[in-house]
Amino acid sequence: MTDLPAKPQPPRNALSEPYWEAAARGELMVQACASCGKLRHYPRLICDRCHDDAVSWTALSARGVIHSWTVAHHAFHPAFIPELPYTIVTVDLEEGLRALGRWIGETPFIGQPAQGRFETDGPVPELIFEPRAET
Amino acid sequence: MSLSDKACVTGVGETLYERGSTQTAFELQIAASFKAIADAGLKPTDIDGVIPIGIVSGTAEDFIENFGIPDLRFSAVIPHGGASPAIALQTATAIVAGGICKHILITFGRSVTASVNKAGARIHQMPQFHYVTEFEHPLGNSAPAQIYAPMARRHMELYGTTVEQFGAVAVAHREHAILNDNAIMKKPITLEDHRNSRMIADPFRLFDCSLESDGGAAVVISAADCAADLPHHRVFISGVSAGHPDSPASITQRDDMTSLGLSKAAPRAFEMAGVKPEDIDVAEIYDCFTYAVIRQFEDMGFCEKGEGGAFVEGGRIGPGGALPTNTHGGLLSQAHVWGLNHIVELARQLRHDAGRAQVPDATLGVVTGYGDMGDGGLAVMRRE
Repeated sequence: MTDLPAKPQPPRNALSEPYWEAAARGELMVQACASCGKLRHYPRLICDRCHDDAVSWTALSARGVIHSWTVAHHAFHPAFIPELPYTIVTVDLEEGLRALGRWIGETPFIGQPAQGRFETDGPVPELIFEPRAET
Repeated sequence: MSLSDKACVTGVGETLYERGSTQTAFELQIAASFKAIADAGLKPTDIDGVIPIGIVSGTAEDFIENFGIPDLRFSAVIPHGGASPAIALQTATAIVAGGICKHILITFGRSVTASVNKAGARIHQMPQFHYVTEFEHPLGNSAPAQIYAPMARRHMELYGTTVEQFGAVAVAHREHAILNDNAIMKKPITLEDHRNSRMIADPFRLFDCSLESDGGAAVVISAADCAADLPHHRVFISGVSAGHPDSPASITQRDDMTSLGLSKAAPRAFEMAGVKPEDIDVAEIYDCFTYAVIRQFEDMGFCEKGEGGAFVEGGRIGPGGALPTNTHGGLLSQAHVWGLNHIVELARQLRHDAGRAQVPDATLGVVTGYGDMGDGGLAVMRRE
């Protein structure tokens, strides 16, 4: 398996650069409209509520509940073959956005409390969610 | 001005569907186009509008140069994946109704054998998927099966939709494909075969997923008043519309990921046609995955939201059922040419030229397209 290609790299751009810089520090940050405060993820040029293009970046808790999930049993990119099967979750975050990440734990269920964090060991920060004890 | 009954499907054409074609996508597209134009009783130089489908199609210029078209009056690109052919019907109808063109060619060719352009490699080549490419592909979430699976999972959990109901869709499609000489998958399957097929992206098994195949398909859309003297019984486009879901570029961020653009489009098309879903005799529903068929019956109002699973059970959508669906075998069992084969099949059904899968006395049908994570289009068609 030594000849597997590298995992795909995100094509970062000026709009998303703050997201990836924060991710490398282990923080989940998203755009907040500097005018009306609406949060948005993924990064967009303008606010779809007030159409202002001014942005501040804000850190999220990465806490939420499972919205849905899938288990990949087939690798559509060869770099992921060694990781099969792996679970992908979409998570409703407390702040009202949704995030997609890898899942570490038993088979998830919709509504399950989850806590996210970034795995920063590899070339690309990876958003990981794990079961969270309800508080 | 209503677009209802202003345009007709006058010609249909398909190449052999297969895997392992030695022809390029453009060669297949040209071959299907010639068949559709001849079927309409026209010459290639009669085409005065062209809508090439997909990212590997020939351009309008290619058609002018290869067909020797003296005066192409219209061309467009419809960038909505599997919804493109159905949405192109809306465009073509409006253009012929507006008097701009008489005969518009909608055409597609695909060779997955000849390219590296397979399902998992495709997403990140398409600009509308840039969020997936940047934020999801690096985590191993890139193929349509993976991206749509959470929609299906949520539908199962919220509404009790079952593996057997997905299987009922797969089995019905295969039963239809067996009746079709130009279908790739001809071996009978059972619900048990479906359940035992290998898991791809839970809850999608292999038999929930559409085919990767080579082939071309094309249709000619003509102004209704230019269609009366052409060879075939006229098939009118009585209602046609398009719709887009919220958060169209990312399913992940969609408030209700089980809702598609078709739910916005369908009421418009049925109202334009002056009919209701229960009036429909035959349905050709975009079937990238079994779940997508279930979902679209709900979106169009054939049943209530959450009842699509029960709707497809009991043989309703199979041969001889109350609503025969994907009578050609669909993307699941005939071939995957982005759903242009669904438009071809509906026209054949309404001409009463659909061979062993002919629905007796079919006079009213619906065809849908679904693509790019939720864009939708549909047309209600009527036999003259």
